[in-house]
Amino acid sequence: MKILVCMKQVPQKDAPLKLNDAGTWIREDVSYEVNEPDAFALEEALRQKEKHTGEVIVLTAGPARALQVLREALAKGADRAIHLEDTAFVGLDAYNTARAIAAAIKDEKFDLIFTGLQSDDYGYAQTGVILAEILGLPHATIIMQIEKTDAGIRVKRELEAGFFQFVDLPLPAVLTIQSGINKLRYATLIGIKQAKTKPLRKVTLAEVQPAMGANLQKIEKLYVPQKSKNTEFLEGPPAEVAKKLVEKMKNELRVI
Amino acid sequence: MPDTILVVVEQRDGKLNRVSWETIAAGQVIAAQTGWTLEAAVVGSNGSNSRSGIAAIASEVAAKKLAKVYDIESAGLEPYTPDAFVYALKDFLGKHPATLVLMPHTYQVRDFVPKLATALQTTAISDVIGVRLESGKLLFTRQMFQGKFVADVSFAGSGPCFVTFQNGSFRADAVEAGAAPAPVETVNVQIPDGVVRNKPQEVFKEAKQAVDLTQAEIIVSVGRGIKEQKNIELAKQLADALGGELAASRPICDNGWLPMDRQVGSSGQTVAPKLYLALGISGAIQHIVGMKGARSIVAVNKDSEAPIFEIADYAVVGNLFDIVPPLIEEIKKAKG
Repeated sequence: MKILVCMKQVPQKDAPLKLNDAGTWIREDVSYEVNEPDAFALEEALRQKEKHTGEVIVLTAGPARALQVLREALAKGADRAIHLEDTAFVGLDAYNTARAIAAAIKDEKFDLIFTGLQSDDYGYAQTGVILAEILGLPHATIIMQIEKTDAGIRVKRELEAGFFQFVDLPLPAVLTIQSGINKLRYATLIGIKQAKTKPLRKVTLAEVQPAMGANLQKIEKLYVPQKSKNTEFLEGPPAEVAKKLVEKMKNELRVI
Repeated sequence: MPDTILVVVEQRDGKLNRVSWETIAAGQVIAAQTGWTLEAAVVGSNGSNSRSGIAAIASEVAAKKLAKVYDIESAGLEPYTPDAFVYALKDFLGKHPATLVLMPHTYQVRDFVPKLATALQTTAISDVIGVRLESGKLLFTRQMFQGKFVADVSFAGSGPCFVTFQNGSFRADAVEAGAAPAPVETVNVQIPDGVVRNKPQEVFKEAKQAVDLTQAEIIVSVGRGIKEQKNIELAKQLADALGGELAASRPICDNGWLPMDRQVGSSGQTVAPKLYLALGISGAIQHIVGMKGARSIVAVNKDSEAPIFEIADYAVVGNLFDIVPPLIEEIKKAKG
């Protein structure tokens, strides 16, 4: 199976984020990591390849720093990488991101395309499904298991409140992968070494721009949310904080 | 002709998903601000395959303050597939243009709305928590960076604009009833062979849910900050001291440190205890939607900017391993 995994670099989970001066985006001088569900998508692609043979191709759209995501993926076992490299890719809405990806892979044929189910920065939860529509492929979202069948694949979709559903799909297809579908591997030393010699294709903004349009969603303003609650911060040494908290639980919250 | 706002309510097996009332409430707020016409649609099948018809839902919805309710029917719409839903709604919107199309941000909507918006060459503003009209422009508020920031987002295309609302952003009980029932129009859609490519099987539950967190009065919940499986025991001791249930955020259950039926959040249980004590939980959106209905929230986290503090009544910035042991002692003392 030939599998494409679309991955994204996002700010690290506990990185302290600051707004830029215009209040339209964050200041970019923070630490980054791979978007969590995308890491699970890569792992699943590697496992499918190990079971059925084939090729795993990883793709990202972002500035030079995003190359790190591809390097790590190659070190874990991906065969080659595609980097849509430009700072402008950070500011795209999901529709334009998907159009850029579709344009970058127009000469390739994949059996499966994976994305994470959503990103930790924008949180649109849309790019994979939009990509499927642009490519004219069937899709399934929030996937927790993938089995190859004679006619295609059978996937396990996660639904709300603890429910699941198996869905049969023909190939090729697009799947959005849920965190926790598998256990992530670490890159090996030999993998890290080999990654340096694996093929990397760079795609410029100019190459994919004809397929894109104006963003249909505009961030007018980004800001720290206004608190809807009056949060009381309890301070002091742990023993004192514990005492205060129990007093609140007893007299204010009345749960003790 | 004024612009139209269409709310697409969600149903499964002929039962309305209650979160749809919140979406209708949102629609009524926008209609009041803009003067636009508010309509609703229910999508599904009245055929013999469906356990009960969607016509009943249409009349239930029609009791609310709406100009009209559409009952979009096709045997091909049950069971749910994204292909059939996109086909039917694209067809419908071609004949009944709307400026805004509102839906709840459910897993089902997430599965088809990006495809539908793309098929119509437009966009969906997803997981919205608020809306307001400012200088003639609708601004939709959505969380970004896992809730650390919020953004005011405007629509820059030319209709229709799809908007999905986060669970709990509007109050279901704020929905206004109509003076008289709204007219209901049945719209039959034929879904041609070959459109639907997915073959969905029956919906099922993994294992018997052993724990019903929805009934718990006190919940002690752990997140990534618990660091290791062996530390779960500390949280368990705190839950026991309080006489509460132990719960967790998704990564803890993914790791197998606690069973899946103790997971709180959009993919787990939605809880509303008297006290929700969050230990080392940062407060990702998917977790918050499952517990923000708690009557009181106490959060312990070492990161002072953790989004969980936005909704906490009492906040402790610090290491949970320093705070929890003396807390257990104090609780035991208080309980005598």
